[in-house]
Amino acid sequence: MSTRLLLGDEALAQGAIDAGLSGAFGYPGTPSTEITEYVQRSPEARSGAVRSHWTANEKTAVETALGMCYAGKRAMASMKHVGLNVAADPFINAAISGTNGGLLINVADDPSMHSSQNEQDSRLYTEIALVPCIEPANQQEAYDVPAYAFDFSERHRIPVLVRLTTRLAHSRAPVTLGSKRPQNELSAPTDRERFILLPSNARRSYDRLIRQQRDFLRESEASPFNRLVEGTDTSLGVIACGIAYNYVLEVTGGAPRFPVLKVGQYPLPLAAVERLLAQCSEILVLEEGYPYVESKLLGSPPRPSPVIRGRLSGDVPRTGELSPQSVASALGFPELQGLPASGAPVSRPPALCPGCPHADTCRVLNDALATRRETGRVFSDIGCYTLGALPPYGAIDTCIEMGASITMAKGASDAGLRPAIALIGDSTFAHSGMTGLLDCVNENSDVTIVIVDNSTVAMTGGQTSSAERRLVAICEGIGVQPAHLRVIEPLPGRHAENVAILEEEISHAGPSVIIARRECIQTLKRGSRRPADKGGGK
Amino acid sequence: MKRDIILAGVGGQGLLSIAAVLGDAALGLGLHLRQCEVHGMAQRGGVVQSHIRYSDVPLYSDLVREGTADLILSLEPMESLRYLPFLRPDGALVTNSVPVKNIPDYPDLDCILGEIRRLPRHRIVDAAVVAEQAGSPQCANLVVLGAATPFLGLAEDSLEAGIRSVFAGKDPRIVETNLRGFHLGVEAARRAS
Ligand SMILES: Cc1ncc(C[n+]2csc(CCOP(=O)(O)OP(=O)(O)O)c2C)c(N)n1
Ligand code: SF4
Repeated sequence: MSTRLLLGDEALAQGAIDAGLSGAFGYPGTPSTEITEYVQRSPEARSGAVRSHWTANEKTAVETALGMCYAGKRAMASMKHVGLNVAADPFINAAISGTNGGLLINVADDPSMHSSQNEQDSRLYTEIALVPCIEPANQQEAYDVPAYAFDFSERHRIPVLVRLTTRLAHSRAPVTLGSKRPQNELSAPTDRERFILLPSNARRSYDRLIRQQRDFLRESEASPFNRLVEGTDTSLGVIACGIAYNYVLEVTGGAPRFPVLKVGQYPLPLAAVERLLAQCSEILVLEEGYPYVESKLLGSPPRPSPVIRGRLSGDVPRTGELSPQSVASALGFPELQGLPASGAPVSRPPALCPGCPHADTCRVLNDALATRRETGRVFSDIGCYTLGALPPYGAIDTCIEMGASITMAKGASDAGLRPAIALIGDSTFAHSGMTGLLDCVNENSDVTIVIVDNSTVAMTGGQTSSAERRLVAICEGIGVQPAHLRVIEPLPGRHAENVAILEEEISHAGPSVIIARRECIQTLKRGSRRPADKGGGK
Repeated sequence: MKRDIILAGVGGQGLLSIAAVLGDAALGLGLHLRQCEVHGMAQRGGVVQSHIRYSDVPLYSDLVREGTADLILSLEPMESLRYLPFLRPDGALVTNSVPVKNIPDYPDLDCILGEIRRLPRHRIVDAAVVAEQAGSPQCANLVVLGAATPFLGLAEDSLEAGIRSVFAGKDPRIVETNLRGFHLGVEAARRAS
């Protein structure tokens, strides 16, 4: 047995490799990126024994993993919480068809929104999909989960959602590795109609899924990730989900005096919950994300006793991640006084790197729009270029979710708001911008789309962008007129020329695309420079 | 033996290498370890922070609790003050004195250093000057680590082994410069105390 110092993300990846993984797919997104990166760096992936690559988006990742598990192999798709919105369709329908080889959907939630637009809780998705969810409490459990979850998935022919949250995903601890299991043999399913979700088949499968809920509950009651630890002081019972359990142990010196139900697998182990509720006059629910377990226990109308406390009652802040401090106060421990806060530090917001190509593009946008700011808007997207919202640029007006730039610009333009400009990164364009561009071409919409092509997925650390070197060809193929498909180099020395090109395309009454192409300074420094995009365009 | 430490700095300063060295040294001694970092936009000069905990008794939380940190180790003076509520009243603060002024409203440096000097236990080291003596501005992070050695509860040779192992894949000259920076940091702190 060997011990390694691993992030929660890495422990999960190593656990999957050791559990006979054949394929790991994903789209980068903090705090999930290190799962797929770790697999990619592993000797197993480098020798070709395990397939692993970045997919165009989370939906294609889940579908690829589903296809691999269809072939009898163990596969997984990893993403950040909002990625599951993109992949919700295959995720929910894979629960209906069921799986063949084991299938894990690894989702890293980001409570406190350290690097996200929201703090949605992936556990709620498992209610829609009616699939089990496993939420490891620490790095060792993150390593242990895949072996268990793949077996579970194969036993019940069901995808399993593995939920991590930021602190576990991005914290290191020593992890003891177990034995290695070989990969599954290739074996396509023989019950072929199960995977053809025509209504007649789907109804049958759905009935099966409903019947399986009892089995999933039974599994939860017996799960090694759920545990009721008895205590002597039953004035309070604690339900601690995922990493909340660590905080409870931390603030009680490893020995809580009240009973604690550690929850690491859902559906909730109801028998254990009932046992706890019967013993205690008050229950405190500690969970990362939404008050999911708390609202289940509260019921509607709320049960009279025991009293249920948590985020809804105000005992724990309604938003944001848990901390040892917030858990200690919810448990009634006195605050430990640190030194008084200093008034000196001012905020140090992230900014575009000096020399970043996006900075030049933002200046071009600002100058081209200078006289048109009254109604002109820049519908932006998610990536480093979103920092163009901050001073000194103030260049963008929106950022909602990946892909929304082109389509929102189209809608606003359809409403009469002009000029309607979309600003989108190369990776985001490949992720979910291409379909919107097709809408614009089909409708001959009056939009000007600026694709900032820095040849990488910079925001998440410089992964390979899936449309690399093919942006011009893709736009041509979608039907953008060659005369209105321009390539510029965002450099200070070319500013006037670039402003003129943008102005020209703004005055064109149909869709135009300007590809602003210059490599990210960070990847350039690391020496991962790549050959330039081939193809037409000006 | 138990240490709860807050590491502070600005993206690109090499904070995570320090965390790696501490982690390696603690593991080498068979200690329990937890290390938590905020990634994300580190490359763009924003705030970077990491919690590291090691102990000879089991640890559970990845995060340090407010009011319990033994040490704030910072690569930038203003950043060192950001986390004071985490520091226990008799905790120590060790910081580089060289500011990273990538914001327009950076406060008056003398006020910041004055505030640090008023803390019960502190060490301020000019890591740029010391790193220059060691042969490369790149090793400023290890200079500050060296200066913090009296508060780390880890022997110098354990830390040295940590530096060798963390930079093992690099040019041997880089390892030597880093070790020199570390030792000059230890001495600088000794002189200052
Ligand atoms: C659905 C979804 N998946 C992933 C992310 C995380 N994420 C934010 S921006 C981004 C990609 C940015 O790449 P690109 O568009 O090329 O812009 P760059 O950062 O390189 O400027 C990713 C992966 C997200 N916010 N939403
Ligand atoms: S990482 Fe690259 S794309 Fe992002 S701000 Fe820095 S230079 Fe620009």
